[in-house]
Amino acid sequence: MASPRKGRKGTVTYVLRLFVITYLLLLVAWPVALVVTNTFEGGTASLTGIFDDPDLVHALQLSATAAVVATVINTVFGVVVSLLLVRYQFPGKRILSALIDLPLSVSPIVVGLALLLVYAGRDGWFGPTLEGWGFQVIFATPGIIMATAFVSLPLVIREVVPVLQEIGTEQEQAASSLGASGWQTFWRITLPSIKWAVVYGIVLTLARSLGEFGAVKVVSGNVLGETRTTTLAVEEKYLNFDQQGAYALSFLLASVSVLAIVVVFIIRARVARHASAEGAAS
Amino acid sequence: MSTPVQEGRTGLSRPTLLNHNLTVSTGIGLGISMLWFSLLVLIPLSAVIAAAAAGGWTEFWRTITNEQTAAAIKLTVFSAVGVTVVNVVAGTMIAWVLVRDRFPGKGLLELIIDIPFALPTIVAGLVLLSLYGVDSPLGLNFANTGKSVFLAFLFVTLPFVVRMVQPVLEELDEDVEEAAASLGANRFTIFRRIILPSLAPAIAAGAALSFARAVGEYGSLVLLSGNLPFKSEVTSVRILSAIENDNRAGAASIATLLLVISLAVIIVLDLVQRKVARRG
Repeated sequence: MASPRKGRKGTVTYVLRLFVITYLLLLVAWPVALVVTNTFEGGTASLTGIFDDPDLVHALQLSATAAVVATVINTVFGVVVSLLLVRYQFPGKRILSALIDLPLSVSPIVVGLALLLVYAGRDGWFGPTLEGWGFQVIFATPGIIMATAFVSLPLVIREVVPVLQEIGTEQEQAASSLGASGWQTFWRITLPSIKWAVVYGIVLTLARSLGEFGAVKVVSGNVLGETRTTTLAVEEKYLNFDQQGAYALSFLLASVSVLAIVVVFIIRARVARHASAEGAAS
Repeated sequence: MSTPVQEGRTGLSRPTLLNHNLTVSTGIGLGISMLWFSLLVLIPLSAVIAAAAAGGWTEFWRTITNEQTAAAIKLTVFSAVGVTVVNVVAGTMIAWVLVRDRFPGKGLLELIIDIPFALPTIVAGLVLLSLYGVDSPLGLNFANTGKSVFLAFLFVTLPFVVRMVQPVLEELDEDVEEAAASLGANRFTIFRRIILPSLAPAIAAGAALSFARAVGEYGSLVLLSGNLPFKSEVTSVRILSAIENDNRAGAASIATLLLVISLAVIIVLDLVQRKVARRG
């Protein structure tokens, strides 16, 4: 769509370009690069050292478990809520659609406090009852999962809703007029057309979930080898003057995030190519 | 089990008397989703407000006007406002360069923009510390100062304005700008009269998001700011220390203040989006 105005680039263009590159270099690229070089200052020893420490391996496993469970929950919840918001009318829909974004703008510490007030075993609203049933939330894995699910709740919805709005209902109506059940229409028509938006949302949710720190710090109790996640281990290592260890763990986490961005980048390019190919065909 | 076509159609075209068009299975889906959303988000957030309200207005006011807390709130809000202003200007410029400029390596910039969003906040703090900490190769040691708060906010909020403005800028019709130019408008006039009005809602939305994010920020500051009272301590840190001192009512009071800010941002966003939808 862009018609490049060749040969009309003035000084302003170059000044802007220089400013943007410098800004991003100083704020993001250089600091990130330094973490990479700091990690490998002493060779790969600090990185492989992570996997020799059983407590760190446990932290990695805990982070991965919490992130995967939270992502599964948020994906199912996200697809259902997106469908409801776009395809159906019901009372309270506008409020729901506004409130669903709330978790993105709530401080992680407030998230932790909120869960603590309701699910704390001793004096929470529901905590004592749940504990009576033998189900501990706070200072245990369920609390970590809930905190993680809270902070990444809207990410799938934000990707899927615009796509659902754009594809419209024609194909779905055609399918149901040909006798397909609601379930069949969903699996055969709706899901394939929102597939990439869902994948995109999943990647973003996973990345956000793996990196959650503040909310998890409040609800987990941060017990070594039990409820200490990877991000909490980074803090602990750094404060205990094990900078190499902190850098190595950070490098690991940062690699996952950068990988997630690259995956998203590839998906976006692919979807855009698809769209333009379809546009050209029609 | 196939749904009668006729029913489906009327449901889609006009709302029924009860003002909904849910089938049994979607109704169950709505019920379960709402239950989970309430248990995870709505009830816990209400608990925060209830805990703050339990002490009454005077207790709430006393907590948030506590000298150390007030200093933390002031630092947080001022830094967040400053960062938002920087983001409005720099974010719009970055979006502009990403959409309208072409040069080798531009794709890399696209990736860099998203890094602050995907990077775990604790890692973000460590990352900033490597260039702006004690061993800074630039000789800029911001660690444990108020400046570090500004820097951390700037890092974590980088993508918001850029990612809101970019798609709008892509949709803008360059013909209008060319028409204006051919009628003798200079670049500044074109930007102010034609481009800026179309970008304004997106910029406002991005600004609101980056302000909300900055006000609640915690993770990236842990290692960077040193959390020195009256100097580099932010609101989230005050809430956490109240929690750790088993003063949940106090923590809830400060948290309620942050929640009010988040809600205000949500309302602003909703209004802006509705305004845009009406126009489009």
